[in-house]
Amino acid sequence: MAEKTLSPRRVLAELTYDAPSIKRGYAGQTLYVNLSDNTIAARPVTNLMKEKFIGGRGFDLYLLWHGVDDDTRWDDPENEIVISSGPCGGTTQYPGAGKSIAAAISPLTGVPIDSNAGGHFGPYLKFAGWDAIEVQGKAEQEVIVFVDAPAGRITIEEVPADAPTDTHVLGKWILEHYAESESDRQQMSFVSAGRGSEHSRMGCLNFSLYDRRRQDLRYKQAGRGGIGTVLRDKKVKALVVRTFPIAGNLNAPADLGLLQETGAEMHQEVHDYDPVQNRMRSRGTPYLVQIMDDYDLLPVHNFKFGTHPDTPKINGEVWEARLTQGLPDGCWYGCTVACAHAVDGYVVRSGPYKGQAVIVDGPEYETVAGVGSNCGIFEPDAILEINFYCDTYGIDTISFGTAMAFAMECYEAGILDEAKTGGLELTFGSADDAIEVLHQMARGDEFGRIFGMGIRGMQDYFVEHYGADAQFVRDIGMQAKGLEYSEYMTKESLAQQGGYGLTNKGPQHDEAWLIFMDMVNNELPTFEDKAEALHYFPMWRTWFGLCGFCKLPWNDVVHPKNKLSPEPQKIMHHVENYQKIYEGVTGTAVTLDDIITMSERVYNFQRVFNIRLGYGLRQHDAIPYRSAGPVTAEEYESRAERYDDQLREWLGLDPAQMSLEEKMAAHRQYRTERYQKLIDAVYARRGWSNDGVPTLEKLRQLGMDLPEVVAVVEKHL
Amino acid sequence: MKVLAFYPDRCVGCHICEEVCSQTWFKVTDRDKSRIRIQEHDDGSISALYCVQKGDCIDVCPVNALTRNKQGVVLLREKQCVGCLSCVGFCPYLAMIYHPDQSQPFKCVACGNCVDECPAGALEIVEVETPSAPGPQA
Repeated sequence: MAEKTLSPRRVLAELTYDAPSIKRGYAGQTLYVNLSDNTIAARPVTNLMKEKFIGGRGFDLYLLWHGVDDDTRWDDPENEIVISSGPCGGTTQYPGAGKSIAAAISPLTGVPIDSNAGGHFGPYLKFAGWDAIEVQGKAEQEVIVFVDAPAGRITIEEVPADAPTDTHVLGKWILEHYAESESDRQQMSFVSAGRGSEHSRMGCLNFSLYDRRRQDLRYKQAGRGGIGTVLRDKKVKALVVRTFPIAGNLNAPADLGLLQETGAEMHQEVHDYDPVQNRMRSRGTPYLVQIMDDYDLLPVHNFKFGTHPDTPKINGEVWEARLTQGLPDGCWYGCTVACAHAVDGYVVRSGPYKGQAVIVDGPEYETVAGVGSNCGIFEPDAILEINFYCDTYGIDTISFGTAMAFAMECYEAGILDEAKTGGLELTFGSADDAIEVLHQMARGDEFGRIFGMGIRGMQDYFVEHYGADAQFVRDIGMQAKGLEYSEYMTKESLAQQGGYGLTNKGPQHDEAWLIFMDMVNNELPTFEDKAEALHYFPMWRTWFGLCGFCKLPWNDVVHPKNKLSPEPQKIMHHVENYQKIYEGVTGTAVTLDDIITMSERVYNFQRVFNIRLGYGLRQHDAIPYRSAGPVTAEEYESRAERYDDQLREWLGLDPAQMSLEEKMAAHRQYRTERYQKLIDAVYARRGWSNDGVPTLEKLRQLGMDLPEVVAVVEKHL
Repeated sequence: MKVLAFYPDRCVGCHICEEVCSQTWFKVTDRDKSRIRIQEHDDGSISALYCVQKGDCIDVCPVNALTRNKQGVVLLREKQCVGCLSCVGFCPYLAMIYHPDQSQPFKCVACGNCVDECPAGALEIVEVETPSAPGPQA
């Protein structure tokens, strides 16, 4: 491809620099950008940061903590977006070692949100010489922040008025205006949101990757918690990085041979077993749809039910036929698990891009379950339409799906009607009307504005303006801490109720996914067993986000020998792989205990961060009753036999002698108390007070008794 | 297409081919850097790992670094390669080799240098039909 000359751009601020050599996974500096006063500065990565925060989510939270005040709200200029990959991020030899982790104070929760994505940005940023980027302040006009490593230049640039905002068109515009050649395209990545982020609190970040096979851009989303909303609030169109040519040793690992040996063996394992296990390489995460339905765990109609006769219309088999096959669809180089599939040539059927043939990234399981079954939509094209528009408008598919399911139940319950929705008939299954809400969110008008507040915002609004029963909307609104639930049914798994409720950021399954251990295999019979699992697994999974790893290659393909191991759920042969990769990159050997401690430091820091901002206590770990038991008679009756049996078995009651209301009340009391007992056990295991505050003893034991942390905690102990 | 052929019944296990190979491509005599691997088994039998130019790796490469040339030989373009070793794990013949001295893997390209030096006539460059070009399916 011929090189081209780019037109000059209006630079508001500039910093020149020489990209440092990467040493064992670290660039050794972070990039600070303030859009209010147009400052750009390099900041050193200190030993304390590396020792106690590692990188990735740890760096994000450390930098965010020191950037904001105790009373900073999401739309204050002090709020920051921080993005970091972690020391192992950018490793090409092992599957899933290129994640970016983003954090900010969330518009939905008011506390720090961390959300991870594939794509190329985080590793490219590091290879460009920066372990993290920290964006603070608000621009007066639309800007792009451009990190140009080969030119040794960082700029804040004013974006011309005709530049698009929606990601799939903005991406083409960026390549047009910033990439001089095909190699530039390969060496560039950017982070963007979309118009939907401007008018809702559930904005997502799109992380680009240039797909050399398709010779086109693709996107992976850091969806959770509204970081896209923060990006647009700061008037940032995109954060763009151009790095050096990509190679297998850019991370300057301590022991390349160890990475090669471990990676090659893992690739072979994927080759041998993925086709007979989850088939991630051909189906991606939607393989899970049918399994969840089979176990009564697929969210259907706002989490009322766990199964639906139409599920085969949207299961993995269907998606295998729709997803483009035969391409190495990793979201980072070398990911042979390659779950990041796409539907090529989808023709958009509504809205401003109607008639365009586009690439739809995904759909992922969460999207299929969230905007599909949970909304009663069992039409693949409608799911693709919503997926496409969510991405390009910069809206989180999980929050959109769960919030839409809530709105639909409110509609069917009479809280909403056509007059309140502006003529939309939001019954379960109304795909076209759901899609219209998306367009309204992008335009910032009509019902889309109310919807865009998220479930917590809608709950308050419906009570205040529509006279909705506050208890009912609290019970059925599947949010905790203000964040919409991701897409798993938890009614019959107490451990997973905790897996969602006892999180730092809100109910997202990346901390713990214990449903099968707990409900299907009954491996966690006691409160103490559940508490141990709610200690170990969230800590283990937190570590991925510190280092730049993806969770999926850990347990979505497994060597058959794992069955014979003492604790098969921990998948120790893969834990050992991660230990080798961490050692191979950083030169430091770590035991599993070390790993758990590394995570505990950051996890407790994040908990204290929540407390510092006025949350993070026991009352904030509450969950909606829909996630613990049947709210409505319809729900009870759908599983009447099970619930009646439980009354006999758990409570020694005779359901034959009880009215439906009495039976539901007995369940409610039992299940609610049971969750409180779980909280007691988990707090004790985690070293927290009865109010959920990390104790000084625990912080000292972890070496996290930093003065700023102790100062927060002391007020609550 | 050109492809290396190995006759185990003639092989004497001298490993000269490995030394010639590493000398050809890395200018060192180091069997760990050879693109052919002679394996001597406990039962006395001998086998060899080397690329038969089947090309399964071409589709696995995320960056189009593996291509088939006009002679049908599968080549790795080192400047394109990101060293991910996907091709190593997915080669059914275990013929893609790596070494910690460099991030890119390497493979037999049927150059024939080992054939010339094999004292037992156990190696030969032969012509076989090129498999149909692999590529993405719609």
